[in-house]
Amino acid sequence: MASLTITDIRKKFGSQEVLKGISLSINASEFVVLVGPSGCGKSTLLNLIAGLETINSGEIKIGDDVVNDVQPKDRNIAMVFQSYALYPNMNVEKNLSFGLETRKVPRDEIKKTVDHVANMLQISELLKRKPAELSGGQRQRVAMGRALARDPAIFLFDEPLSNLDAKLRVDMRTEIKMLHQRIKTTIVYVTHDQIEAMTLADRIAIMKDGVIQQFDTPQQVYDNPSNLFVAGFIGSPSMNFIPCTVIKQNEDTGVIFKTGEETSFFIPIKRTDLSLTEWIDKDVIIGVRPEQIASGFHLQEGNKQIHEIMCTVQVLEPTGPDTLVFVNINDTKVTCRVNPLDAKQPGENMKLMVDISKVLVFDPDTKMRIGNVA
Amino acid sequence: MGKETSKANDKKLRNIKFRNRLGNLIPKIMIAPTFTVSLVCVYGFILWTIWISFTSSKILPKYDFVGFEQYNILFTQEPRWWVASLNLFIFSGLFIAICIALGLTLAIFIDQRLRGEGVFRTIYLYPMALSFIVTGTAWRWIMNPSLGLERLVQQLGFSDFTFRLLVESNVAIYAVVIAAVWQSTGFMFALFIAGLRGIDNSIIKAAQIDGASLKKIYLRIIIPSLRPVFLSAVIILLHLSIKCFDLVMALTSGGPGYSTDMPATFMYAFAFNRGRLAFGAASAVIMFITVMAIIIPYLYTELKGTRNAR
Repeated sequence: MASLTITDIRKKFGSQEVLKGISLSINASEFVVLVGPSGCGKSTLLNLIAGLETINSGEIKIGDDVVNDVQPKDRNIAMVFQSYALYPNMNVEKNLSFGLETRKVPRDEIKKTVDHVANMLQISELLKRKPAELSGGQRQRVAMGRALARDPAIFLFDEPLSNLDAKLRVDMRTEIKMLHQRIKTTIVYVTHDQIEAMTLADRIAIMKDGVIQQFDTPQQVYDNPSNLFVAGFIGSPSMNFIPCTVIKQNEDTGVIFKTGEETSFFIPIKRTDLSLTEWIDKDVIIGVRPEQIASGFHLQEGNKQIHEIMCTVQVLEPTGPDTLVFVNINDTKVTCRVNPLDAKQPGENMKLMVDISKVLVFDPDTKMRIGNVA
Repeated sequence: MGKETSKANDKKLRNIKFRNRLGNLIPKIMIAPTFTVSLVCVYGFILWTIWISFTSSKILPKYDFVGFEQYNILFTQEPRWWVASLNLFIFSGLFIAICIALGLTLAIFIDQRLRGEGVFRTIYLYPMALSFIVTGTAWRWIMNPSLGLERLVQQLGFSDFTFRLLVESNVAIYAVVIAAVWQSTGFMFALFIAGLRGIDNSIIKAAQIDGASLKKIYLRIIIPSLRPVFLSAVIILLHLSIKCFDLVMALTSGGPGYSTDMPATFMYAFAFNRGRLAFGAASAVIMFITVMAIIIPYLYTELKGTRNAR
């Protein structure tokens, strides 16, 4: 295991700058997930770390060594690819041992390593089979085994689960996490799936347009997104963004939630970490997660942060444990996560509780968070 | 009224039934002519040729039965048959090996994302557009000592230069190989480049990270995974070389003497020029058996392997 330090990396393909100054500092044995929409440069960044592409400027350090000009094979990394990239003409055993053979590891040691890895990933019975004879999940294991056999300083995963079906993906996700807890090797993991990012990562780096938007723990990224993009990208169903104008009513600053032709509610926003006094009469975007608008909250009596509104239900989406209710607030479609027993039918009015203790406020022009960004 | 509608319904129903039956029949009607033609003209005439080879037919078919007499003559009393067989052996061996080697090498070079790839592709594929007759004629002029390469170099001042591949009977077969290779390498190149492009790029990346050199990546991973392409290449080239007739006719006409005779030209010469139909048929049957003996086991092992693997 080794730390990975990336300083101000830039990469151009032709005239297009794909990475615009990326800096990341990843600790030894940390599990970092790079997440972002397609085309954000996350796979390019991974290829740069692997040495499969050359950087235009910046510095990559593995441990204490600058590896800018080091060949991929000498960087002591191993990579798992989306398409698994198993060698189609070799059986599983050869696939696992190929990297060791090219490194001239003695034969009996190769045998020991292959057996060890095969046992760990439960692929011992598959050793004599060709990749084409394996199922998707088995290929995935072999691809991980090939990386493991090398015992690298850093593991790179490039969307390793996206070719698997939904159930297998969840199983393999847990297995990857367990594997990491056992071997404690530094992992850099690329995905476009924010659930994978949340569940796996020690820290998440959210990328967009070649820039890192935020690099923090999953909980921080969820609770304290630094801008509108991160807030909308992380979380499923995603955060509601309600355009509002800040007003002053009596002594309170707050916003109006208009839920129908004649129904509107004043929601005072009064929090120690968030003051909107400078924003009175200006437009803001209120970010509310679906679970913060519910049919009721635990210990809600007398809680000053919880406000009641009446809305007309537009659509219902039962998910099992919760039902998603879609309503209109300020002419924006808003998702609320309510108890299935409380959900009203479409067209009916429904009483909803808004918990503003974790509500976020964004500047509509800069798309950045307003208030104390942790 | 009710009766009439039921009658009309009956008619409609019959109409539909007829149409359904017609719909089922149409595919059969459509393939029947080609099926019949290939059944008679390919398989029928194969059987007929085998039958004729057991007779004593001369210019016209004669349906008597003389057993293996023609085969006996072919193998024991006809040195020209052995020349033709040996030529086929040399020709197909060299032709297949050189075509595949050159085609693969070119494909690997072009696969390094060369600039102007499209131009090279066109250049290499262009000979494919010519028929073997044209290729043969062009190369006959090129290799003719008094017209082509030899004369050109001698005129340039190297008066000792000789290039007599086409006129020396013990090496003339190599001239045929050169012309055939020139014609078919481009096609092999196209096959192999398609195969190379079909290989997942991340396999190469994985091998790089695994520490393999470019040479090793090609030798250990990429070329072995082109196995299905090799199969197609060998089958295509093998059948080209066995039925190779027009190229020999245009380039050497089997000469000098009969030194570049191939089984196909041999068969033609005896069956049609010399009026020994049964004898020609016997040589054709031997060619047929040879092809089957090579192709069937090859197909069997290859197809069995891929069925398991995929």
